Amino acid sequence: MTALVIRGGHLIDPAAGVDGLKDILLKDGRVAEIAGPGKLKLTNGASGPDIQTIDATGLTVAPGLIDMHVHLREPGQGYKETIASGTAAAAAGGFTSVAAMPNTRPVNDSPEITRWMQAPEREAVVRVFPIAAATRGSKGEAINDFAALKSAGAVAVSDDGLPILKDSVMRETLAAAARVGLSVIQHAEDTRITHGSAWVASMNAGPTAFRLGLRGWPNEAESTIVERDIRLVQELRDARAHLHVAHISTAAALAAVRQARRNGLRVTCEVTPHHFLLTEEHVGLYSTNAKMCPPLRSAADRDAMLEAILDGVVDAIATDHAPHAVHEKEVEFENAPNGITGLETALGLSLRWLYNEGKLPLGRILSLLSAQPAALLNLKGRGTLTVGSFADVVVFDPKAEWTYNARQTRSKSRNTPFDGWAMQGKVRCTISEGRIAYVGG
Amino acid sequence: MSPSATPTRRQIHPPPAPASLFPYHPGSLLSASDLTLPEISHILARATALENQDPLTRDRILAKRRVALLFYESSTRTRTSFELAAKGLGADTTLVSSLSSSIEKGETLKDTGLTLRALGAETIILRHNSSGAAWLLEAETRLPILNAGDGMHEHPTQALLDLRTILAHLDPATKARHPERDKGPVILSDRSAAQGVEGPASPAPTPPRIDQVTPETLSGVTVTIVGDILHSRVARSNMLLLPRLGARVLLCGPKELLPELAAQVGPGIEIERNFEAALRQSQVVMMLRIQAERLAGMQLDLEEYKANYQLTGPRLATQAPSAIVMHPGPIIRGLEVTAGVADGVQSVILEQVRNGVAIRMAVVERALLAANQQGARP
Repeated sequence: MTALVIRGGHLIDPAAGVDGLKDILLKDGRVAEIAGPGKLKLTNGASGPDIQTIDATGLTVAPGLIDMHVHLREPGQGYKETIASGTAAAAAGGFTSVAAMPNTRPVNDSPEITRWMQAPEREAVVRVFPIAAATRGSKGEAINDFAALKSAGAVAVSDDGLPILKDSVMRETLAAAARVGLSVIQHAEDTRITHGSAWVASMNAGPTAFRLGLRGWPNEAESTIVERDIRLVQELRDARAHLHVAHISTAAALAAVRQARRNGLRVTCEVTPHHFLLTEEHVGLYSTNAKMCPPLRSAADRDAMLEAILDGVVDAIATDHAPHAVHEKEVEFENAPNGITGLETALGLSLRWLYNEGKLPLGRILSLLSAQPAALLNLKGRGTLTVGSFADVVVFDPKAEWTYNARQTRSKSRNTPFDGWAMQGKVRCTISEGRIAYVGG
Repeated sequence: MSPSATPTRRQIHPPPAPASLFPYHPGSLLSASDLTLPEISHILARATALENQDPLTRDRILAKRRVALLFYESSTRTRTSFELAAKGLGADTTLVSSLSSSIEKGETLKDTGLTLRALGAETIILRHNSSGAAWLLEAETRLPILNAGDGMHEHPTQALLDLRTILAHLDPATKARHPERDKGPVILSDRSAAQGVEGPASPAPTPPRIDQVTPETLSGVTVTIVGDILHSRVARSNMLLLPRLGARVLLCGPKELLPELAAQVGPGIEIERNFEAALRQSQVVMMLRIQAERLAGMQLDLEEYKANYQLTGPRLATQAPSAIVMHPGPIIRGLEVTAGVADGVQSVILEQVRNGVAIRMAVVERALLAANQQGARP
């Protein structure tokens, strides 16, 4: 029986339309009471020494952030990250829920692994929601039993890291997922274009890739898959299939999503901080911390990401947190694995660039980082702070400026291009289901 | 925070990519674009001076200094000329190749580099099949690194030796008569006169008459690079180097091997797909090998390629009778060039090879003298 009171903070809960000074009582993992400053009744026997108080004066209090796209590397690659270390990094970044992609070793294509990832022995400090593989072994051939995966706790299906390439398999995946009420998250990459017989594209196709002598990953390899998938969703309109495009990176793919939405289709997308801030020029002279899939794009594509965030076509900001050990990134660019970490920098970058520079209202940013991903993954009672919802809370100072130091990360890996970058918005406290998961200075 | 203003991306200006820290070491030669024109002039001058120096005094310059050659790809010209260059200056050389070392057992480039450094290597000459490998090796070892070819990316010493070869055939008298740019082509020296009656198997020395380069040195000179530009590090290094000296670089080849965006690598680069049209404008024709090992699944009709792009005797005689013909090697006779052209009087292919030793003496000397100044010698 624990209770927590957060006093004096400015509560921003876009889903509930709240934007003002509120005190909050958290009890038994849920929000028990919300009232104006000093007005908490503290009923239900919560009193005296049982109550821990957090002074949030001058700080923003918001629903805990939700990252719908992370790689926690367990099972199988604990040297890169564990569920414990990855969720610790999540908590430090203000996240109280993370959706873990299935490209583990082995691939999470079974209810057993899905349950294993959520077991208390994993020592997660925030909630982990597994995303199960859409096809067996993520090989893109035979689809899995989505009903069984959903009962085991899977919140969506995806073969992330790889596309579901075959038309017939993608159609079956969309239909079967719709039947059990799951969304299909597509890693949109036509590997027939990006993989040669003896090479794999390692950066955005264009003059920079040509100059660096690197094989290019053209925009069409993303947009043609997104367009194909949208056609399938259109065909499956009556089944209410939901397509979610992971880590969208090209203007052409965004245009397709925009059009699909106008046509009333259930097509959503997420964008990562690196795709809305960086360009292919950040590859510099073969910086492997600027190598990820999809790759950093042209300035025009990057600007299209910013535009789409500001005008509302983007549904969520997700990090695609992809830890890799130092030795794995200290290799030839073409041989380095794809991916960068992102859990600890997403809020600081979003506030620095979208809020401070872009003047996007704080509520909109928090919605992209919490309420909207909660809705996309159908996480009931999360992404909002109303009485009865989960006590998932982030308390942060939206004005605090700080510098990210990758060496102090809570992740096991530090493969980030944002080391030394100026951040805005410092997380002071992250609370996951009523338990304090992180306290920052 | 005023929520009334409509946010637009134009208010957001994320930081540009930071300036590169490379090269870390002043003795490194990673890219042809790392060198300033005075540095290029210095290398050219030292190449000539070292070539002309008595071998018995020359081998005291780097006596017993340690030079490692680290080769992940096979090589005849580059490896041998680097080795002869280093030995000609008195250095000890050791060759590590991927097939006879622990690289075969899975040792990484980083560990191999650190091992060579621990063994006393003062500079590493790297040939690698991955673009950018030389940058990784420099970042990890902080030694002066000489890039002897990285994947499809660069081969800076080849561009320098190509430059030395071109300069040897540039007639300064002719240039003097046409000092302004775009006043007609610079006429190259008469090949048959320069080479006398000797066959190409033992070319007569033709020392460059110019070793102080300026942005005008090659003005009026069109260098056509023909063939597999996409996979060619030689093409990239020449494309970065020659235009800075005023040359116009024409790229010629089929779309599969020469994408349109190649012209965006830098200024002074154009594409001309018609081989005859390119030849007619050229004072220098640089033929490239079709890199079968990098084609990787690409469908390319070799007969069609030969019909369109092979440099044949008649083509050369009718379209570019006074141009010099270059080739970085290895030559596939009967594919990109006919044997007659390779052995013909316009060919300077073996001069290029010989210039390789002189240029590489200069860059090895530069690497180790810079190491001296840094006190980096272990």
